[in-house]
Amino acid sequence: MMTELNTALIEYCLRIADNSLIHAQRIADWTGHGPILEEDIAMSNVSLDLIGQARGFYTYASQLEGNGKSEDFYAFHRGERDFRNRLMVEQPDLKDFGFTMMKLFFNGCFDYLIFRDLMKSNDETISGLASKSIKEVTYHVRHAGDWVVRLGDGTEESHQRIQKSLNELWPFTNELFEQNEVDELLIHNGAAFNKKELKAEWEAMVNEIITKATLIIPSDSTYFYSGGINGVHSEHLGFLLAEMQYLPRMYPDAIW
Amino acid sequence: MCRKLLSLILAKLIRHLGFMDVKVKTDDLSAKETAFNDSIKDGKVIEPKDWMPEKYRKQLLRMMSQHAHSEVVGMLPEGNWITRAPSLARKAILIAKVQDEAGHGLYIYSAAETLGMDRSEMVDQLLSGKAKYSSIFNYPTLTWADIGAIGWLVDGAAIVNQTVLAKCSYGPYSRAMLRICREENFHNKQGYQILAFLMRGTQEQKEMAQDAMNRWWWPSLMMFGPSDKDSPNSADLLKWKVKLYTNDDLRQRFIDRTVVQAEAIGLKVPDDKLKWNEETRHYDFGEINWEEFFQVINGNGPCNKLRLKQRNDAHSNGQWVREAAKAYSEKRKAN
Amino acid sequence: MNSNHQWPTWEVFTQKKQGAAHEHAGSVHAPDAEMALLNARDVYGRRQEGVNIWVIPTNAIIASTPEDVGAFFDPANDKMYRSPNFFKTADGLKTI
Repeated sequence: MMTELNTALIEYCLRIADNSLIHAQRIADWTGHGPILEEDIAMSNVSLDLIGQARGFYTYASQLEGNGKSEDFYAFHRGERDFRNRLMVEQPDLKDFGFTMMKLFFNGCFDYLIFRDLMKSNDETISGLASKSIKEVTYHVRHAGDWVVRLGDGTEESHQRIQKSLNELWPFTNELFEQNEVDELLIHNGAAFNKKELKAEWEAMVNEIITKATLIIPSDSTYFYSGGINGVHSEHLGFLLAEMQYLPRMYPDAIW
Repeated sequence: MCRKLLSLILAKLIRHLGFMDVKVKTDDLSAKETAFNDSIKDGKVIEPKDWMPEKYRKQLLRMMSQHAHSEVVGMLPEGNWITRAPSLARKAILIAKVQDEAGHGLYIYSAAETLGMDRSEMVDQLLSGKAKYSSIFNYPTLTWADIGAIGWLVDGAAIVNQTVLAKCSYGPYSRAMLRICREENFHNKQGYQILAFLMRGTQEQKEMAQDAMNRWWWPSLMMFGPSDKDSPNSADLLKWKVKLYTNDDLRQRFIDRTVVQAEAIGLKVPDDKLKWNEETRHYDFGEINWEEFFQVINGNGPCNKLRLKQRNDAHSNGQWVREAAKAYSEKRKAN
Repeated sequence: MNSNHQWPTWEVFTQKKQGAAHEHAGSVHAPDAEMALLNARDVYGRRQEGVNIWVIPTNAIIASTPEDVGAFFDPANDKMYRSPNFFKTADGLKTI
């Protein structure tokens, strides 16, 4: 009989894992198509880090569920309404390197803060996973932040393009701090922490780079995207999953 | 009259001395070249600041830049399957492999730059279609099994070539190759393992693996190049220890070791002339279709245009990024 | 194809473990020192190949040339007494 706590922990892990996997999938698409060879290598590293994080949290979720499901079950045999990632990470990059870096920067800053908190989780596995992940995320923030600055304060063209990316991604940032009764139960229990309390710090981290990059945070956003934690996604996720999941779906008995 | 004669004699003398000067220069050059060739025979490793014949420099630059281009273009057929890899482990392994290929391209470009050509100039040659790259990457990856076939056969063939190149006479190239050889073995193994799993799997998986084998076997054999009598650069490269064995030798080495691996997992080699020769202790094999090889290497393969387009697109899509980074660093310097 | 925006090259030296000397690993292209360091780590450090990395602009490196070999290095040739191996001691004497 699954306890309420366990159910909440599973849900919490799947959110993190889904976020990392979907983000990794988008970044991996750059392999072989980056602006310079060094960046192909850098982005592959980011993708590998994120996949590693996803695998860690999926594995823990499956242990908590205790039904022998593997990490691959969660990645390849769940549908659009089961995924718990934020809408930001499923947005397609459309070959815009600046868009990818801005996305990585926004997510990375948040992940850094949440992992920093989770290192103090009273759940040993989660705190262990957080300790490992924070080193990687620190590097992602540094790399992406550097690029945001270079593109913002580079040429006139790059400035305009990255400002546009910022404007397009800004409405996805509220969702970073969304939480529901799952979080509340875990916060009460000491396994997780209040995301809303991270907002000020996140804004400070972001503003520091945005200012250096001579960019402007849009002040006129009227709509903020939401719904990931309830499995209500943008239309992009369906296409992403169709591509990612097709082989295991087509050959359900196969081992690869 | 006397002055005219004098100037005539003087002119002749000058011409004679001038001619001697030229002759001394030519002698000097061929003496230098002989000494260079001898030192290579003695096992000397040539470094960037050493004197080298212009032909040596040009041949190496051509060979190295083509090798680097091959690594970079080689990322594309495998990169295709990253988003569709059938498990998280396979996805991670494939990303790591393709990342390595980027790294290998980078190491070799880096080594080639020591011969006096900027990477950007080499890249321009690739993008304009002027430079060649390994013909194998002009074939399409149609199924997941192709990823196994590439790792096993294509990287397997590359390993045979590269282990030998690690002993070549040019220092930066041999050092780059040593680093590459250390990393390459995992590429070969993961490809073989993919196929081994398929051959132990469902009927559809077995058919997928055999189909990939059928399509990649012959192009992999062509990777070693035509017989050396048909290869224009071989003689020089052998003399300068940039090439240590003939194309045919290396191809035979690859066949002998790979046929055994195929049999171990139940894959049939698509060559009905393949037969173990007890006398020579090698496998005899069928005729390679060199017409296909020359067509593909000259631009008429299934994916030549696509690969070039993908590389050109990546380069032009990234132009604004590279420019921005340059502009940013220039602003910092100015301040 | 416009290649004017070629980034400069940086030579990369990695230190494999604490106390070891830095070894030349290769080079990277980068627009500035900060990115050169990050790139070097990604390219030459992705298999835990080091604890420390140096990057140096390629044109900052000053090297001896092959012609220097004689004058530069030979004078050390006749001063073998600089090496402890030069000194033979009595057999059985292990502590020196």
